[in-house]
Amino acid sequence: MTTKLFGEPVQRREDPRLLTGQGRYLDDLGREALAAAFVRSPHAHARIRDIDVGPALDVEGLVAVYTWEDLPERVGRALPLLIPHPALTHGRTAYPLAREVVRHVGEPVVMVVATDRYAAEDACALIEVDYELRKPVVGLEEAVHGAQLVHEDVPGNVGAHLVQEVPAPGGHGAREAIEAAPHTLSFRLDIERSASMPLEGRGVYARWDGRDLRVYSSTQTSTSVRMAVAAALGLPLPQVEVIAPDVGGGFGVKIVHPWPEEVLVPWAAMTLGREVKWAEDRREHFISSAHERAQVQHVRVGFDDEGRVLGLDVSILHDHGAYTPYGIIVPIVTSTQLLGPYRVGAYRVEFTAVYTNTVQVTPYRGAGRPQGVFCMERTMDKIARHLGKDRTAVREANFIRPEEFPYDQGMIFQDGRPLIYDSGDYPEMLRMIKELIGWDSFERRPGRGIGIGCYVEGTGVGPYEGGHVQITSDGRVHVSTGLTSQGQGHETAFAQIAAAELGVPIERVSVVTGDTRRFAYAVGTFASRAAVVSGNAIALACRKVREKALRIAADALEADPADLDIADGLVHVAGTPSASIPLSTVAVLANPLRYAFDEEAAKATQFSGTASPDRPPVAEGEEPGLEGRDYYSPIRSTFAAGMHAAVVETDPDTAEIKVVRYAVVHDCGRLINPMIVEGQIHGGVAQGIGGALYERMVYDQHGQLVNASFMDFLMPYATEVPHVETDHLETPSPLNPLGIKGAGEAGVIPVSAVIASAVEDAEGFAVDRMPISPSELFEARRRNRG
Amino acid sequence: MEHEITLVVNGTARRVRVPARRLLSDCLRHDLGLTGTHVGCEHGVCGCCTVLLEGRPVRSCLTFAVTVDGAEITTVEGLAGSDGRLSAVQRAFAECHGLQCGFCTPGFLCTVTALLADNPVPTDDEVIEGISGNLCRCTGYQNIVKAVHRAAELRAEET
Amino acid sequence: MKPPPFEYHAPRDLGAALRTLAEVDGKVLAGGQSLIPMLNMRLAAPAHLVDINRVGGLGASEVTPEGVRVGALARHAEVERAAAHPLLTRALKLVAHPVIRNRGTVVGSLVHADPAAELPAVLAVLGGSVRAARWDTAGGGPVLREVPAEEFFVGPMESALGPDELAVSAFFPALPEGSGAAFEEVSRRHGDYALAGVCAVVTVGADGAARARAACVGVGAGPVVVDLGELGPVRRAGWKAAAALVREATDPEEDIHATAAYRRHLVGVLAERALRNAAREGAAARGA
Repeated sequence: MTTKLFGEPVQRREDPRLLTGQGRYLDDLGREALAAAFVRSPHAHARIRDIDVGPALDVEGLVAVYTWEDLPERVGRALPLLIPHPALTHGRTAYPLAREVVRHVGEPVVMVVATDRYAAEDACALIEVDYELRKPVVGLEEAVHGAQLVHEDVPGNVGAHLVQEVPAPGGHGAREAIEAAPHTLSFRLDIERSASMPLEGRGVYARWDGRDLRVYSSTQTSTSVRMAVAAALGLPLPQVEVIAPDVGGGFGVKIVHPWPEEVLVPWAAMTLGREVKWAEDRREHFISSAHERAQVQHVRVGFDDEGRVLGLDVSILHDHGAYTPYGIIVPIVTSTQLLGPYRVGAYRVEFTAVYTNTVQVTPYRGAGRPQGVFCMERTMDKIARHLGKDRTAVREANFIRPEEFPYDQGMIFQDGRPLIYDSGDYPEMLRMIKELIGWDSFERRPGRGIGIGCYVEGTGVGPYEGGHVQITSDGRVHVSTGLTSQGQGHETAFAQIAAAELGVPIERVSVVTGDTRRFAYAVGTFASRAAVVSGNAIALACRKVREKALRIAADALEADPADLDIADGLVHVAGTPSASIPLSTVAVLANPLRYAFDEEAAKATQFSGTASPDRPPVAEGEEPGLEGRDYYSPIRSTFAAGMHAAVVETDPDTAEIKVVRYAVVHDCGRLINPMIVEGQIHGGVAQGIGGALYERMVYDQHGQLVNASFMDFLMPYATEVPHVETDHLETPSPLNPLGIKGAGEAGVIPVSAVIASAVEDAEGFAVDRMPISPSELFEARRRNRG
Repeated sequence: MEHEITLVVNGTARRVRVPARRLLSDCLRHDLGLTGTHVGCEHGVCGCCTVLLEGRPVRSCLTFAVTVDGAEITTVEGLAGSDGRLSAVQRAFAECHGLQCGFCTPGFLCTVTALLADNPVPTDDEVIEGISGNLCRCTGYQNIVKAVHRAAELRAEET
Repeated sequence: MKPPPFEYHAPRDLGAALRTLAEVDGKVLAGGQSLIPMLNMRLAAPAHLVDINRVGGLGASEVTPEGVRVGALARHAEVERAAAHPLLTRALKLVAHPVIRNRGTVVGSLVHADPAAELPAVLAVLGGSVRAARWDTAGGGPVLREVPAEEFFVGPMESALGPDELAVSAFFPALPEGSGAAFEEVSRRHGDYALAGVCAVVTVGADGAARARAACVGVGAGPVVVDLGELGPVRRAGWKAAAALVREATDPEEDIHATAAYRRHLVGVLAERALRNAAREGAAARGA
């Protein structure tokens, strides 16, 4: 009997190397490589009149300096717009190095290559760029006003505008339904910018040997970087390999690609015939990677006496920053996931995505969901307050019931497919979270409040992932999948799946991710999809291998494959443990040999008598080797859900906000490794606390990011993050073979909504803007209480 | 101008020529090839680059290599026993899932190693205060705190 | 984020250090916990760096009944562990994080003169001083001067040290008999510079009357010292009114973390807390 592995808190296979300094992150590679650094725009909006690199040429160690004009036509093209959408009528992307105009502080203007990073920065400091300043567009209001333009050919700064309407069953539109509703409310909500902010920045390291290019990138998608780099450099795909080494966190920012540096560093390596590396520093990460979150939402809602939403009309202003390389995924996710676990009578959502002279906005863990959930949960709290009802009762009145699955929300989701929830049990989840936090027995008093937030998260989006599984003649199992890892423990979770499917000890399984040499077809790690999509692909590949192993073993054991089972790496006849053959031997037999390279291999050679002389050694339709490859391509996303609740205390004098309890009930279907899932939740909640109480990107009127350091961008330390109490509900997904749903983003999604709910409860006035600092709470008290 | 210095790193004297401005973090990583010490912000806030200088945790990104010429330094590569057995702190981090991407981990391990040497049985508050200068973007710290307590137990069992 | 190049000097004794400072336009490197971030960000680019870490005799602290003299190379953590002065020890626990305190120096924090930093306020509230040394080229020897706290903190990030001077020690006077001290602050994250902070010393006389002095951080160009003088019997002193006086003495500015009004409000709240805590401690010390 194989030890149960699926669902167990197996210790991580990654840890021994990461705990001993043997991890290999991008900047740990290429000790001999040249170093790149960039002159970046100090202005938010300007035309480049002239670049004088002359003063830098004497810097000792300088190797090369490039401006946009030095780039070949193909390399200098605007970067791709990764996800086009019909509503994105004015999509714009940056050039790898600025061409004529810079549109945010931090945009790369000149690339410098030198013997080390110190020398490269010395040279950067001496390069003189003459800018003709233009008035920058900063903030949503200014962007919408449209007096100044970020892109001359984008009128009103509007990149995209999309209206989606889901009428009520009777055919009424949301606006009609609201007019007819017994109660209506309208209000405005604001959410400020934050960012993924992994502790390892981005980085690229390239080696060119005259024919083949190998690129290492701290990316969330090595396969797609490979295609983008090959296209930009005009290289045949087989001559380019891309490897994501150990990656020090991603959280979304590293799914964008190709970043300018992912094109420029390989190009420089080819041009110079030398290894070149660029490791982003923290200042660069703040001003030249990506941010997220900023939205203004105008909400109108109509509801009945029970608090049931009859009509909901949401108008969203979304700040896209200077460019839209990742399309309009973030506002699409906000618009669709806003509905959460609720059935809404009629829904109308409209978003306008506008350009500003700030760092571009692309998905950060949660990817638009925190904003949508903030909107819906604020709405629920306001309805409850208006009706004088308990906030959980109003939510309950609006829940989709367990018997209503699959539930069609009537919209198109971020994957271009219908927004149909596959499974869930929201009333049970509410019961669990209320019990966990002690909702009904909570003792409210001034300065002490309780809050709740619910969400549904579409996870495991397609189009597909693949898995390759090979059992070698030493009995080891080698699993590879194309997507990448940034700390999610894929090597462990995927090994658990493979070990369980194949009946082998987990110690014999090794997993490789993010290496295009091993698996070239993949999409990437984002949208809580890795476990769902790659996990199922690996399970399917294992099942193929298992079937083949049983077939070969059946031959060798003269048994019926249906009577065989695999445990501890041995194929045996069920009920007759003595009749068995190790998988290592099966692997040998799977590969008919002419040459014996060791004793075991001799069993598969042509005079060993193990093969029938009447059949070709490799039968028709078969392949040599005990290996298999399969893909999982989900028909639709699978919908995880969660409910969080918190107790906060607000200091009556200093207005400090302390989260004294934080509870999470989470449903991601079947758990592969509960320890890893809990870790994901803890980390997500911590990021959510950051977004709710500490983190913001502060731009001044000139478009300068004034808090571009860890001194002033307040990522929480251990002292700021509450202890998280968790409980799990498992409603398996009917959509995939393993019944799993994604868990990566879950923790972060409702936190701002929960904290707003709790602070509002403690203070007695509306909290409609997040994050909230003690200073802001103090000012809000003055406004609300005089 | 370069300076010839000697650093006793993980018990081995290493001679190296560095310019005066070489940060200790870069010296360890790029001159000595000890890439386990990570660099996350280079302004002393994140704690990824924390190493032990004469047994006490310091930011290697806020220290010039020349300044500590002759000093004894322990990096994450030197925390395991000479037989390769992971230290109690390292084992506790694995056991309690105190790391995810692993980038901040070397800084935490060095900080916690010194913390427990000073205070073998810290309270919860002392643990949180002790690790309060290290940022982690993955774990939410909960399992790190758990790991520090577990490491204290393992150390006690082994002495 | 790599420091720009500089000429490096590593004098072995005080004379050599002072001579170097007299000869070149140099910046002194001690703990480096404030200077090196600025170098890494290239916000500072001194031509010469005078690393005093090898200068003998600067690491010691001396405790006398009059107070504590802290040497230029005494690290925050060492002084904190020595626990020779209750207010200084309390304030040190609020300076950044333990790991920074292992390297940072007390005197360095004073010279850095950050208006949001704790130690300048402690020196100021106690009426301490900084001992500065320079090389007298004509006389061929070091010259010392004692700069009182009220003259030492000239402005934000600006001390009274001349370009050729080195702060060799700082003197923190002992609390007078019957005194209590407190340091209260609010920072965004634990270990961050305070949004506002107040340290207070309350001395209870033999007659039971309290005298109080406070210094505020983060709400002015430097530590804002308010001598509240005689406040009457300690048990009936008007701490609220005293706190209001402290609040009125400050002129905070708005920044990305807090409005000016909030900071001013905080000073009032923290001053009252600090005064009450210090008074309680003072009363206990007096046995009142």
